[in-house]
Amino acid sequence: MDVLALSRLQFAVTAAFHFIFVPLTLGLSILVAYMETRYVQTGDEMYLKMTKFWGKLFLINFALGIVTGITMEFQFGMNWAEYSKYVGDIFGAPLAIEATVAFFLESSFIGLWIFGWNRVSRKLHALSIWLVAIATNLSALWILLANGWMQHPVGYVLRNGRAEMVDFTALLTNGYGILKFFHTVFSGYVVAAFFIMGISAYHILKKSNLKIFKTSFRMAAAFGLISSLLVFIVGDFHAAMVARTQPAKFAAMESVWDTRKAAAFNLLVIPDPDNERNTVETLGVPGLLSFLAFHDSSAEIKGLKEFAKENRPPVLPTYASFRAMAGLGILFMLLTLAGYIMAKKDRLDTSPLFLRIMLYALPFPYLAAQLGWIVAEVGRQPWIVYGVLKTSDAVSKAITPSQVWASLIGFTLVYGLLAVVDIYLLTKFAKKGPDDDLSVLVGDSHTVRAAGGATWNSR
Amino acid sequence: MEFQVIWFILWSVLWAVYFMLDGFDFGVGILQKFLGRNREEERAIINTIGPVWDGNEVWLITAGGATFAAFPGTYAMMFSYLYSALLIILFALIFRGVAVEFRSKVESEAWEKGWNVAVFLGSLIPALLFGVAFGNIFRGLPMDAGGYHGTLFTLLNPYGLLTGVFFVLLFIEHGSLWLALKTTGGLNEKAGRFANVVWFALLAVAAVFLVSTKFATNLYANYLGNAALFAVPLFAVLALAGIKVFAVRKDYLKAFYSSCLTILTVTFTGVIGLYPNLIPSNLDPKYSLTIFNSSSSLYTLKIMTVVALLFVPIVMAYQIWIYRIFRHGPTAEEIAKEKGAY
Repeated sequence: MDVLALSRLQFAVTAAFHFIFVPLTLGLSILVAYMETRYVQTGDEMYLKMTKFWGKLFLINFALGIVTGITMEFQFGMNWAEYSKYVGDIFGAPLAIEATVAFFLESSFIGLWIFGWNRVSRKLHALSIWLVAIATNLSALWILLANGWMQHPVGYVLRNGRAEMVDFTALLTNGYGILKFFHTVFSGYVVAAFFIMGISAYHILKKSNLKIFKTSFRMAAAFGLISSLLVFIVGDFHAAMVARTQPAKFAAMESVWDTRKAAAFNLLVIPDPDNERNTVETLGVPGLLSFLAFHDSSAEIKGLKEFAKENRPPVLPTYASFRAMAGLGILFMLLTLAGYIMAKKDRLDTSPLFLRIMLYALPFPYLAAQLGWIVAEVGRQPWIVYGVLKTSDAVSKAITPSQVWASLIGFTLVYGLLAVVDIYLLTKFAKKGPDDDLSVLVGDSHTVRAAGGATWNSR
Repeated sequence: MEFQVIWFILWSVLWAVYFMLDGFDFGVGILQKFLGRNREEERAIINTIGPVWDGNEVWLITAGGATFAAFPGTYAMMFSYLYSALLIILFALIFRGVAVEFRSKVESEAWEKGWNVAVFLGSLIPALLFGVAFGNIFRGLPMDAGGYHGTLFTLLNPYGLLTGVFFVLLFIEHGSLWLALKTTGGLNEKAGRFANVVWFALLAVAAVFLVSTKFATNLYANYLGNAALFAVPLFAVLALAGIKVFAVRKDYLKAFYSSCLTILTVTFTGVIGLYPNLIPSNLDPKYSLTIFNSSSSLYTLKIMTVVALLFVPIVMAYQIWIYRIFRHGPTAEEIAKEKGAY
């Protein structure tokens, strides 16, 4: 394999791995912050136990999200130097702003939250996890505005042999980036909701800490129901945006070969890319695809044949990932709705089958998020910046295949090890359940210290 | 002032603050191996950086991001030319971060010992390699129209390695003063004594560094052109002396502040010598990457200046506030009770 293929594979591996941790962080931070807020409001120790239990799982996950994120920033320069030179003038800005505005906030206040239980007032402590949650989501906004620019470049001119920013506001208000942001964070909330529901289901099945886990389940089901509806609605607008701005990607997502008006949406399609057609194309709803794409059932959908072969994305992975993601999205709405009703009627502990389904459903939102990225990134090929720069022109010139082989193998081994450790720790603490000893949970002198730190003044 | 110059200053500030802050984290990570006699002490040592190391590391991310946004030409070349060195730093930082977070998550001595090794290497390797990288940037890289003519081993020249050792000693000194401040129960005194001894090694290496910089690099040219600039290295020497003056009197807070100043002024000393280069070419100055030939457009620089001047002070304010909350290191009681502790 050459440097290009290796670098692409490496970016795919490291980005996919990074995005195992990010979505959970996006949603769980909000839920843990909400739990702690309930504790501050009610003084009910159950909420404290919940905060501590889910907070611990949050932190294990958070650590890996942070360390794998650094890799992403470094790789643009290491493997994609030509890209960085060509678009750095406009692409570098959101990355630098993300670090300055969001990442600092997140990483500084997470330290205060972990170690500050006895050092700041309860309200300030709860505020610190809210700041982490806000910063994490803000981080996503900047990163997705950057990615949104790669998908649908705006606010630039080609000048001095590169893309130069001429309109920062256009970058900030890029509809593609904003839709992508909402679609991504809502999908993260769904991941977090299923994470909590799955682990809660495990404990409810075991009849351990029923009150805590029923409350957790109900909270997560409500959050998950709203989020899975929102992710679907935003996803619809997002797909329409793709149809307008990236017609080749849209054609690949639906495996449409010939341009047609009032295009039908076919439930069952089996693509045959070699012969530029679909082997099977049935169970169609006339005009639906045109309606989904342009909110007009007679609109024209461009087929893949409109584009030169070298400008088409790989059809099969784009199409299959999109179908699977959308199907899972529908499933999540149904499951969270069922979960919400069951929890509301307090029928969870009498429905072991449903609990088991929810336990085994835990990984599926993760899968859906990965599939979404495959649609976004594979579907953008052969472009790294849509219509502006090809991926093959973006790779570093100064590196050799052996260097990238070494780093790819290194990442695979290191990340593999981290995955094992992460799963081991998450399973261990998820199974163990919350701590019962409250003296362990809260230091004995919360109020004393908040009032003046008597303990240290004596030192 | 030209925006390129403003960004050159901001760029150096970001790196200098990064070294000042993550510097003691690295020092602590290295010293945990030598100063901790038992599990409790190792735990106490690592927990002194617990609340702050993560926020410190973001200065690196921001320095990297700022290089990307303000000097994309340099970012692209620096990161692809130094591919293997950066990769090793990256792996080390990954292990350091994970090790700190995970070391106490399983009640097992072997588990803890394993992660302690990761903390040690994850601190020593970046400390050394950041020094090697900056030493080589001071020296210039072998690059011309044909790109970069070097490998990982090109970087391991005597001057690069000397700068690496210099960085490691700076950070060990810095970390031991931090521990003298933040630990209790005899550990603080041991760390203080250690700082007093290591200082001599640091002084010796600093002297060799200053002299060999004359021969290995072109850094002094700017100083000879404008003698007033010598105030910065002079300040560095005074700050270095200050560490000892205060450490001998066991005034570790002032000694630590002196050490902060030493790291800041040492970084500035090197960077002033670089100006207007970001990475000089040691084959032909024509191919040096400068703040002018590798910068972003004026428009981007202006926007980034507004962002930086608005937000970096806010970041500093809340980080200082958090440092104040944790000005007394974690108590033994806190570490024992707090399950979130490392």
